[in-house]
Amino acid sequence: MNIPYTVEERPDTGLANGKLGIWLFLASEVMLFGALFSTYIILRTGSVEWPHGELNIWLGMINTFILIGSSVTMVMAWASLKLNDWGKHRLYLILTFALAAIFLVNKYIEYSDHIARGEYPSHSTFVALYFTMTGLHGLHILGGMIVMAYFIGPGQKLYKTNREQFVNRIEYTGLYWHFVDLVWIFLFPVLYLL
Amino acid sequence: MHSEAHETSKHVRIYWIIGVALYIGTVITVAVNQVHLAVPYAVTVALLVASTKGYLVASVFMHLNHEKKWIYGALLLTVVFFIVLMSVPIFTMMDTIGTPTVREVSTGAAHPGAAPEGH
Repeated sequence: MNIPYTVEERPDTGLANGKLGIWLFLASEVMLFGALFSTYIILRTGSVEWPHGELNIWLGMINTFILIGSSVTMVMAWASLKLNDWGKHRLYLILTFALAAIFLVNKYIEYSDHIARGEYPSHSTFVALYFTMTGLHGLHILGGMIVMAYFIGPGQKLYKTNREQFVNRIEYTGLYWHFVDLVWIFLFPVLYLL
Repeated sequence: MHSEAHETSKHVRIYWIIGVALYIGTVITVAVNQVHLAVPYAVTVALLVASTKGYLVASVFMHLNHEKKWIYGALLLTVVFFIVLMSVPIFTMMDTIGTPTVREVSTGAAHPGAAPEGH
């Protein structure tokens, strides 16, 4: 059985189902991270003092550069498909995957440093928030990497059988990935700088 | 199809420019942090730059600058509920349930057994 409206647009919404689906998913993600940011505001405004300089700003900045770079390569992976350049699409998608992996390696270094100093989530409210927010974000990075690995590997076959559907899937992956970048754009100043 | 490819190739340049703008925004955020502004100014600047960067990512990379109305509709609802969510900290500060009134404090009714003020 074929799933309808995977490529063609529905007459009522003017959208392919996947496009509306990914945006509704992202809307739920906004609320998920929004709840954590709201919690952060409550805990921070309610605390007598708040630690500064606990985190490595430079490592955080490098990770911001990496994620922004990965957003550019992700949108280029999609644009390359639109330009019918399969080789460049592969290059940009693999680059995005590699940048995501570097981001997680940096996060591992950061976490290891905290744990070596005995700074577990129970150490303080700030550290608990740091691990919760960056941990959830890291899981989203991992999720994105799994999807990208699928399209680099077995999922690429779809390009030969249904090119339009493959392009749409890369677009939806990109929307998710840009959202993950967007969350980090706010996480970085909130946790590392303020 | 040909015009679509032409349109996409025009966008490619914009994607790279936005990428550079996002890098510059990050450098500005960190540079301002190094100046050690007063907390209210530091928070304002950091959130302004982050919001600008977020706008660029959403409008250009996520193509929200030219989307269909159903997506705008879904996002409008999200924005409304997000504002409610962000207002929760304000609601908690406005919440006076369980907080003794001035009259209760002055008469000692707030803490039975404790002497009222001025006695």
